[in-house]
Amino acid sequence: MKKLPAVDVAIIGAGWTGLTMAKELATRTGLKILVLERGGPRETRDYLDNMDELDYAVRLRMMQPIRDETVTFRHAPRDRALPVRQYGSFLPGTGVGGSGEHWSGISYRYYPHDFRRLSHIVEKYGHSRLPEDCTVRDWPITYGDLEPYYERAERLMGISGKAGNLNGRRIDGGNVFEGPRQSEYPTPPMKMPHLAALFREAAQTLGYHPFPLPAATTSVPYTNPDGVRRAGCSFCGYCERFGCMVGAKAQPTNTLMPILAHHPNFELRTGAWVRRIVVEGRLAQGVQYADARGEECLQPAGLVFLASWTLNNTRLLLLSRIGEPYDPDTGRGTLGSNLTHQVTVPAATVFFDKPLNSFMGAGSAGVAIGDFDALDHSHLDFVTGGALYTVCYGTRPIANFGALPPSVHGPNWGSEWKKAALNFYDRTGSVRFYGEHLAYRANYMDLDTVYKDRWGDPLLRMTLDWHENERRLVDYITPRALEIAKALGAVETAPFTGLKRYDATRYQGTHVQGGTIVGANETQSVVNRYLQHWRVANLFVLGASAFPQNPSGNPTLTAVALTYRTADAVVEKFLKHPGDLA
Amino acid sequence: MSRRSRRHFLNLSATTLGGLLVYTLDRRPFRVHAQAGTLKLPLRFFTEEEALTIAAAAARIFPSDASGPGANEAGVVIYIDRQLASAYGRDQYRYTQPPFEQGVPEQGWQGKETPRELYRAGLKTLGRFHLLTSAEQDAKLHQIEHTPFFSLLRTHTIEGIFCDPMHGGNRDLIGWQLIGFPGPHMSYFDDIDQHYGTPFRPKPSSLAQILGHPVRPGEDTEP
Repeated sequence: MKKLPAVDVAIIGAGWTGLTMAKELATRTGLKILVLERGGPRETRDYLDNMDELDYAVRLRMMQPIRDETVTFRHAPRDRALPVRQYGSFLPGTGVGGSGEHWSGISYRYYPHDFRRLSHIVEKYGHSRLPEDCTVRDWPITYGDLEPYYERAERLMGISGKAGNLNGRRIDGGNVFEGPRQSEYPTPPMKMPHLAALFREAAQTLGYHPFPLPAATTSVPYTNPDGVRRAGCSFCGYCERFGCMVGAKAQPTNTLMPILAHHPNFELRTGAWVRRIVVEGRLAQGVQYADARGEECLQPAGLVFLASWTLNNTRLLLLSRIGEPYDPDTGRGTLGSNLTHQVTVPAATVFFDKPLNSFMGAGSAGVAIGDFDALDHSHLDFVTGGALYTVCYGTRPIANFGALPPSVHGPNWGSEWKKAALNFYDRTGSVRFYGEHLAYRANYMDLDTVYKDRWGDPLLRMTLDWHENERRLVDYITPRALEIAKALGAVETAPFTGLKRYDATRYQGTHVQGGTIVGANETQSVVNRYLQHWRVANLFVLGASAFPQNPSGNPTLTAVALTYRTADAVVEKFLKHPGDLA
Repeated sequence: MSRRSRRHFLNLSATTLGGLLVYTLDRRPFRVHAQAGTLKLPLRFFTEEEALTIAAAAARIFPSDASGPGANEAGVVIYIDRQLASAYGRDQYRYTQPPFEQGVPEQGWQGKETPRELYRAGLKTLGRFHLLTSAEQDAKLHQIEHTPFFSLLRTHTIEGIFCDPMHGGNRDLIGWQLIGFPGPHMSYFDDIDQHYGTPFRPKPSSLAQILGHPVRPGEDTEP
């Protein structure tokens, strides 16, 4: 193995969290920083050529090559896990920027109650209302702790939106259920596509509180506090699964790399596939990786940040034997526990008799209602919430051709089908739902015993299924989504048919959480409240792998806010007095 | 490129590949003049016989009929031929490590066969499909409509109708004209909050047209 010259800081993964940390350390310290990214280099100008649905949205050019590595999946520990052989329910990105390049940019803050979820449920409804086998936790961080960092993350990205709660003052038109914000969003809400305008009107008529989706697809040209300037969104409709050709969608390549690219203390090494974190005693010594030619390298480092997305964060700690793997039978161990996704369903499909011109749009151009995030569950048979919304991301034909209302019968091919599908092509919309996913005892990750990656290392094994609480949440939401769908002026509607088993083939958002969860003590968590590993003081684990459960909204903004908070702790405390921060 | 078969060509009259089209307001393409002559297209994967068979099957899935042109006019078989000849056809876009086991549907497709193998087997089932009558062809497709091969062929037909023309399908932007999809477009900033409830149908352009230079499609780039 080739031993390389030591660096001060090694960061594994060049996505949002890894490069945010790199930017903070590069601009605030004199440390030598090395970022290791297993994918290739990328920059904004690469994206001019990418407005091609087939290569990007169907063949998934921006995602991790699944032939090299995937996960195995099963519903329960007694089942046989099989590899996810083609991407389905989530799409992990690769290359500089990671999944932060191909994201949609919907950027919620979590609600204050999300951070004390266990206490909140128990205080309101009593212990008896906790679902069986539920391992929901409080975070060791409050909304108030994170609020300043949310603000920094929003300013970094130039999030577009409208506040609904400014320092406790309720503002109609924003999300009136949100926690108090110090200041208004950095940029105004995005323009309103047709379906979003219909949704807003219908929701208002029905007494809900619609608000524009907080959007990293920035509405107007914006210069962030680092001096990085980005263009405003042009609504070209190529966001999710694509990189932004004009740089309006905040991505690590257009937001962080302009600061880092020419910084003398920063090095980005692409094609570097980290296979192990090397630990001796209670200290990380560095990382071991295979370079672009497949040669094994040992990279010594004084400080290691693991920032390689939820699944690989967990897997790399398992492969490196850092921490005790979680055992669902005994409840012992913490590494790999609290795996959650997000309850994401097309609650109502809506068919119109007028065109929507839905090819125009942006990944986060839409409207949501927070009313179902603020439910009183006293007389309900579930304890969680979520939001109904519509997003006009810009529909493309391969993925969207063929949606038909329930009144159309017959085979899904041939003349009759073609005629109906042509008619409804630009006349179909969706009232969507994303909802909380609680953590459960038997939803977890460990290493597979059969299947391997391209290097011969075991794949990560996901054991995951929905529980009654999530199914009832969807059953409750669906008729309410249909009511909104009818108020949109639909000629026909089709309800979601219910949440059954977890389906690894249906795309549900690249929002997978848990595995290296944050907590107040070592017996229940992998990292402390600064995302520092409980047992390895110079190892920090960044990203949504820290979330004890999914709090309904999309995770990226919170992952970046947490990274800022960790960066403050590292710069202000750890570097002065290296050791345990909590 | 070396994998291309130079021995087989698809000879089609230019009219079946679509002539000149005019654009009507709302998904109504109209062909005014058929160009004369024959086009001789080199095949990369199929033999000519296989190409005619697949073209005929795709044309029953997405027919040319009163609602507009179909798979033949869009060049769907050319699209499929190129895809199967590429890394995709060799299953480079899947995790293909053994063992292959049958799972529950929520674990996704676990088949061992590559797209090429599924087509070779499917072609055997179809036989001399292109020589059958339309009714016989439909009856044959109904027999296999729940097989993985048919599902793949249907998916590929839709892809071939609606892909960017650099991939070999969507010839003359027929697919996009059918549904009023303008293709890639740099900006809708001035239009996104206009045209509510009325059709807004900019003239479609391919990616190469809007960029002013050709783009190399994925099937020509071996991963």
